[in-house]
Amino acid sequence: MAEVKLFGVWASPFSRRIEMALKLKGVKYEFIEEDLKKKSPLLLKYNPVHKQIPVLVHNGKPIAESLVILEYIDETWEGPAILPKDPYERAQARFWAKFLDEKCIPAMWKACWSTGDEREKAREEVIEILGILDNEIKGKKFFGGDNIGLVDIAGNLIGYWFGIITELAGLEIVTEDKLPNFRKWINEYNNCSFVKENLPPKDKLIVFLKARFEAFNTSK
Amino acid sequence: MAEVKLFGVWASAFSKRIEMALKLKGVEYEFIEEDLKNKSPLLLKYNPVHKKIPVLVHNGKPIAESLVILEYIDETWEGPAILPKDPHERAQAHFWAKFLDEKCLPAILKACKSTGEEREKAKEEVIELLGFLDNEIKGKKFFGGDNIGLVDIAGNFIGYWLGIITKLVGIEIVTEERFPNFCRWINEYNNCSFVKENLPPKDKLIAFLKPRFEVLNTSK
Repeated sequence: MAEVKLFGVWASPFSRRIEMALKLKGVKYEFIEEDLKKKSPLLLKYNPVHKQIPVLVHNGKPIAESLVILEYIDETWEGPAILPKDPYERAQARFWAKFLDEKCIPAMWKACWSTGDEREKAREEVIEILGILDNEIKGKKFFGGDNIGLVDIAGNLIGYWFGIITELAGLEIVTEDKLPNFRKWINEYNNCSFVKENLPPKDKLIVFLKARFEAFNTSK
Repeated sequence: MAEVKLFGVWASAFSKRIEMALKLKGVEYEFIEEDLKNKSPLLLKYNPVHKKIPVLVHNGKPIAESLVILEYIDETWEGPAILPKDPHERAQAHFWAKFLDEKCLPAILKACKSTGEEREKAKEEVIELLGFLDNEIKGKKFFGGDNIGLVDIAGNFIGYWLGIITKLVGIEIVTEERFPNFCRWINEYNNCSFVKENLPPKDKLIAFLKPRFEVLNTSK
């Protein structure tokens, strides 16, 4: 019988991406909560290269890297498509998922964790980068079209975590005048019942993230 | 009639990856050599997000990001497979291609561009990363198995450019002692006639890279 395990962390968007995809396909899985300060021998065995979560283990075979796992899930199980069928549209989905992880997320972290002059500069940079996304989502309900797709699933960090983190950091970024389409997507995304089921509870997440911000602020 | 254009640079490994894939599939294409100091309006139109090469334009529709383009080529044209059929093997190919571009490449450039202690530290990081690759290629002719695949195509930088660059910069990283399996792959790769046809001529490449990398040679 097919055995699916997921090594993850409840508060991690990368981990939640995988849970979202597995639930979308109706796949039963065992979730193993990792303590990132004390990684389990199994995690280190299954992901010796990066030593990170999430790691999906299917019939004893591990797959690491969330975007790689998402494609694996789409190719392995029936159910609602994560990627479109058309090669050009698939290329676009991959392009934007990469853009999220390689450009948006680092820019966002930089803005949240920097201080003084650097913060303003970093903030402007994030707005500029998100402006590119804003243009892409114009006229579409989701990045995947009428239904959520790869980019929407990968977009959980910018769609949910980002708002919480920027509020804790005291940063205003996603405004109506600068990023109207992106703001609309965030609303659509957060109101989608399927998505909501696959996000960690807000109050619990705030407590978790607050502690980290405070630790960061006191360490300066 | 299908129209395929590739915006690239003769000396760029990323550009050559795409040419290798197109040639593998027997696709006829028009190559447009870009001057990166004076990017053409067409390039900026086709890749407004990153403003980089390579960009593949198929029937007027652009695709950017070399790994994304490689998958598009595999999905669009018949011919020798770039990615395997099995989902787990595909996931492994995705994983290692990402590893090359997201870990190995930045670490190599860091080692080249830093000096003194920082360079030593960066060099150790590269050695650790290539150790993973060495382990992965053990017992295999190519990363793709008996024939070159996604990771081998993406591996053109570490298989060819790396040797030239590290020599110019004056750092020793890839030795047979350290990486017996990886060295064997480098030989196999560089002796593969198909690969050889798709690499820029060595003397021309050295002349091109010399002004950029020889300045980083701290032993001189």
